[in-house]
Amino acid sequence: MPTIHYTDHEGKTVAIDAKTGDSVMETAVRNGVDGIVAECGGSLSCATCHVFVREDQLGELPQMEEMEDEMLYGTSVDREDNSRLSCQLKVTEDMDLYVTTPQSQV
Amino acid sequence: MSTPRTRSQTGLLIIGASQAGVQLAISLRGTGFDEHITLLGEENHRPYQRPALSKEFLQDKVDKENLIFRSQEYWDEHNIELVKGARIEKVLKGTDSKGRQDGSGIAVAADGTEYPFRRVALAVGARARKLEIPGADLDGVVYLRSADDALALKARLGDFEDAVVIGGGFIGLEAACSLHGLGKNVTVLEYGPRLVGRAVGEDTSEYFLQSHRKRGIDIQLNARMSSFVDDGAGKVSGVEMEDGSVVKAQLVLIGIGVIPNTELAEQMGLEIDNGVVVDKHALASDGSTIVVGDVANMPNPLPGAPEGERIRLESVNNAIEHAKIAAYSLTGRQEEYAGIPWFWSNQADLKLQIAGLTLGYDSTVVRHDTEKGKFSVLYYRGEQIIAADCVNTPLDFMAVRTALGKKQNIPASAAADVSVALKSITVDQEAIA
Repeated sequence: MPTIHYTDHEGKTVAIDAKTGDSVMETAVRNGVDGIVAECGGSLSCATCHVFVREDQLGELPQMEEMEDEMLYGTSVDREDNSRLSCQLKVTEDMDLYVTTPQSQV
Repeated sequence: MSTPRTRSQTGLLIIGASQAGVQLAISLRGTGFDEHITLLGEENHRPYQRPALSKEFLQDKVDKENLIFRSQEYWDEHNIELVKGARIEKVLKGTDSKGRQDGSGIAVAADGTEYPFRRVALAVGARARKLEIPGADLDGVVYLRSADDALALKARLGDFEDAVVIGGGFIGLEAACSLHGLGKNVTVLEYGPRLVGRAVGEDTSEYFLQSHRKRGIDIQLNARMSSFVDDGAGKVSGVEMEDGSVVKAQLVLIGIGVIPNTELAEQMGLEIDNGVVVDKHALASDGSTIVVGDVANMPNPLPGAPEGERIRLESVNNAIEHAKIAAYSLTGRQEEYAGIPWFWSNQADLKLQIAGLTLGYDSTVVRHDTEKGKFSVLYYRGEQIIAADCVNTPLDFMAVRTALGKKQNIPASAAADVSVALKSITVDQEAIA
C-alpha cells in the first residue's frame, strides 16, 4: 500500500496509508493532517497545499507544469528548490513519499 | 405514528454540513473546544465540497469520493457526530434557571427528532434562485447546486444534444464550458448586459465573452426569456424569447444566483437583511447564535473598509475564514477576520482568480499579454489597489493577494506594462503617501 509521510515544521511526522490515484493533498486533508489547507480543493487556484519534497525523491515525481510553477511564487512560506503543490502529486502504486509541510499556508 | 426521538444534549449543534459548517467543527477542535459537536446536514451525503460540481465532477475528472471533506475516522477521532438527511424545521430557545435565554435550545427536525444543544450555529447556506416562467416544471429544466443536482444532470448527459444555460455568472459559465467540452451545443442566455456582472468589471466580462464565443458557445446578452417550450410529452424542447423566437434545447440549466436560507433565523427572531445579520465575531442579533458562511451578512472585513459597510460573500474562502472567526468567538476569543477575500472560477482553458473586493473602485488598469493569453485587471480606489481579476496569470494574482495582505500597494502608473512583474513594483503604502 502506498504511504505518504508528512512532517510538520516542528519535525513531527505522521505516516498515512494512501490510495493510488488520490493526490498527496487529498490524502492529507481527508485524514486531517495539519499543515495542508487546500482551500480550492485541488484545482490549482490557491497555493495552500505547499510541501517540500525530500530532495532525493524529487526525480520520482512528474515535472511541474507552468501553472504550478507560477503558483509556487505566491506561497505563504517562500518556495525552495524542492517545493511542490501537493494537489498536483498523484499517489502511485508502492509510493513511499516523504514531504514536509511549511509553517503556514496562508 | 413513530415516537419522536430526543438525542442527548450536544455542546454545539451546527446546522448545515456545508463548507462553513465543516470548517467550524474542524477549527473548534483546533481552538481547544472539547465539548461534543453535532454536525447536521439535510442532504443524504457525507459532507462534501461543492465547487467541482459544475466543473471536474460534471466532466467526470473526479468522482464523488474525491469531494468528501474528511474520512469517517477523522470525525470519530475528533468527537464530531455527523447526522445526514436531517432537515431542521424549527429551533426552540432554552432558558437558564432564572428564565433568561442562555444560548441553549432544541432543534426539531422534520421527522420529529429533537436535538438539544448548549450552543447553536447556523451554516445553512443558500439555495438556487428559481426562474418562475411558464414551463418551469417541465422535465429537463434543471438547477445545479447540490450533489444530487449534479448526479441527476450527469445521468441525463446522454439524453440531449442542445443545452441552454440561463445565467452568465460563474456557475452558468462553468457548466456551459463543461457541457460544451462534452460535445453539446450550448447557448448561454444572460439577462444582463454583460457576463459575470456581479463579480467582475467590464473589461473582464468582455474578455470572457470573446473567449467563450470563440470556442463556439453561443452567448446572448440582454436576453428576455418568456417561457419554456413543451415538446408535447412534458419535456422541455426549447426556450421561447419575448420576441417569439425559440432557442432549441432538450436541457435547460438555470444558474441565476442564490437566495440565502434565512427561514430558520427568521423563526428564531434573528435580524435579517440580505442574509442573517451578524457582528464581526459571527454572532447574530440575539448575541448567542453563531451564523457563518453564505447566509451571513457581515461587516466588510477588509482593512480600511468604510465603517458600517456590510457584505454577504458567497465563496469557499469566506466560508473558511468566517468559520475560523466563529470558532474563536465560541471559545471566548475575539479575533479579526484574517486574510484577503479571494475567488476562483475555471472555465475551459480560462483560469480566473480574483483577489480582494472591487466594492468602491474608481479606476482600473488592464494588463493584457495577447501572445501568452494572459489577462488581468487591477482595481483602484483612489491611488490604492483593492482587487484584481486575473485570467491565466497566477503571478499577478499572487502579487496582488500578497500586496493586499501586507497592506502594500502596486502603483497604477507602472502596472500596465505586462513585461513588468507586479511583485517587483509593489511598495509599502507609506512610500506613496
